[in-house]
Amino acid sequence: MWLLRYVVYRLLWLVPTLLAMALVTFLVMHATPGSPLDPVAEGANPLSPEAQKNLAEVYGLDKPLYAQFGIFLQKALQGDFGKSFVYKTRTVTEIMAETFPISLLLGSMALALAVFGGVALGILAAVYQNRSWDYVSVSVATLGVSVPNFVLAVFLIVLFSFVLPIFPTGGWNSPKDWVLPTVTLALAPMGIIARFTRSSMLEVIRSDYIVTARAKGLAEGPVILKHVLKNGFIPVVTLLGPMFAAVGTGSFFVESIFRVPGMGRFFVLSMTGRDYPMIMAVVLVYGAFLALMNLVVDLLYGTLDPRIRY
Amino acid sequence: MALSTPASDTSLAPVVLPREGARGSSLYRDAWRRLLRNRLAVAGGAVVILLCLIAIFADLIAPQSYTKANFGHLYESPNREFPLGTDQLGRDVLSRLIYGARVSMLVGLGAQVIIVLIGVPIGALSGYIGGRTDLLLTRFVDVMYAFPRLLFVILVMSMLGAGLINIFIALGLTGWVGIARQTRAQVLSIKEKEFVEGARALGAGFWRVITRHVLPSALTPIVVSITFGIPEAIFTEAALSFIGVGINPPTPSWGQMVGENQQFLRSYWHLCVFPAIAIAATMLSFTFFGDGVRDALDPKLK
Repeated sequence: MWLLRYVVYRLLWLVPTLLAMALVTFLVMHATPGSPLDPVAEGANPLSPEAQKNLAEVYGLDKPLYAQFGIFLQKALQGDFGKSFVYKTRTVTEIMAETFPISLLLGSMALALAVFGGVALGILAAVYQNRSWDYVSVSVATLGVSVPNFVLAVFLIVLFSFVLPIFPTGGWNSPKDWVLPTVTLALAPMGIIARFTRSSMLEVIRSDYIVTARAKGLAEGPVILKHVLKNGFIPVVTLLGPMFAAVGTGSFFVESIFRVPGMGRFFVLSMTGRDYPMIMAVVLVYGAFLALMNLVVDLLYGTLDPRIRY
Repeated sequence: MALSTPASDTSLAPVVLPREGARGSSLYRDAWRRLLRNRLAVAGGAVVILLCLIAIFADLIAPQSYTKANFGHLYESPNREFPLGTDQLGRDVLSRLIYGARVSMLVGLGAQVIIVLIGVPIGALSGYIGGRTDLLLTRFVDVMYAFPRLLFVILVMSMLGAGLINIFIALGLTGWVGIARQTRAQVLSIKEKEFVEGARALGAGFWRVITRHVLPSALTPIVVSITFGIPEAIFTEAALSFIGVGINPPTPSWGQMVGENQQFLRSYWHLCVFPAIAIAATMLSFTFFGDGVRDALDPKLK
């Protein structure tokens, strides 16, 4: 019962948070100079004042700001985010329905790789502390954490498309195209997870009950996999929340470089094109997704560690 | 933490208050010694200093101006005259890289100054005053925290338009949240300590207690957060310039050089790979240095 109450409480908190995000985004879009009607892009056709007025009326941009925000909220609640300003014939919902699954697939694959790779690297580093495996693992982790993914992408393309022509430089047609974007996107979260797993495992390895497990004659393999990993993994789960954020924003760049037709690429395009409906939709979908994932992570955390109470 | 003063001194807190300063400097002297022993951190720090020097003396080091076009030498691969090649306007890539260091360092340090100036006072006041002020600020910080940071920065930048000043505004608006949270948590735990109570008992005013007693003790995590904040700001600028909403051309920025040229990677690899190496080297140096500073200031964390 308490669990259900906790979930409902968290879901209710989602409403003001998303509302605040919508309001902040709306204000930032409208408080800054420039408008979608007078594109700052070079070589854009300057519109006559009458044409501008007509367009403003069609898109509801002539109404006062509070009315615009109200209309947006009303329609958004019914799942209608309006028509894209840039792709004029298509609704935002259509574009999202098409691009979001692609980003989700890319993100999930990257996250899976990050968790498995990161935990494996972390275990190796902890078990072989201060030996060569430790250094290899820490180097990979540091590289992934500190180097931006669009820079990693350049190096990976040079290595695995030019020097060793194994993978294509971009596209999203066959599973072979998925490899480089997934690896690029996974490296940063993988590094974070590896570093965290390492220190958390090291702490557990030194604890009394591990000494006991060894003392009663248990082999090294079961000690590490059964006893150490079980407890060492718990703190890593808390990282998964921020990890979703890292993978989400990371995909803007990875999708642009590898020409993946996902949400991230549209986001960048809609920002620079002042595509108000698209921007609002992307920010809100992304924010809601992130908040939900954080909730899932918190619940998972409680299941893994019975000591946690909500 | 290693203390050089006998432990019994600290229990006399109010009387020994002037000693707080002496103890503090000893902590930092110890940390400094630990930092110097860490070879990776020293190497990282050396590269950081080198980058700062390159940024300051770019006019003297760069072989050419970053805007000088050599129309007889378009898209040249690295050669004797142009060690790192030339770009689509025949501009010297090496010179543009050198001037690019200026943008990166300026953004990294400048943004951090702004973030500290906004975040630390808000966090300190929120934690020290408590009550309704704290509740209001924490709620606000929580909402800002829910916002994916980079997404918000991109949003602000594409609305404000590219430019160095706007980058400072965007980074300042979004970056203070983390450091404010951290300062608040520190202040919350420190304000209950005996030496703060002692200072208050001796009649020290609100501002004096905060600036002379609470904040100096909360400094360590703030310093650590700054050392990691600098590369984050550099990364953000590079990312913004990469998608074209960062620095205005013709001012060179590493991120912009990678972003503009990544589609010609196969034909003109040198346009993209060298700035990519510059970004990677800078970020790695700052990370090594930051890791070293953290380990030196708080050996328990390692």
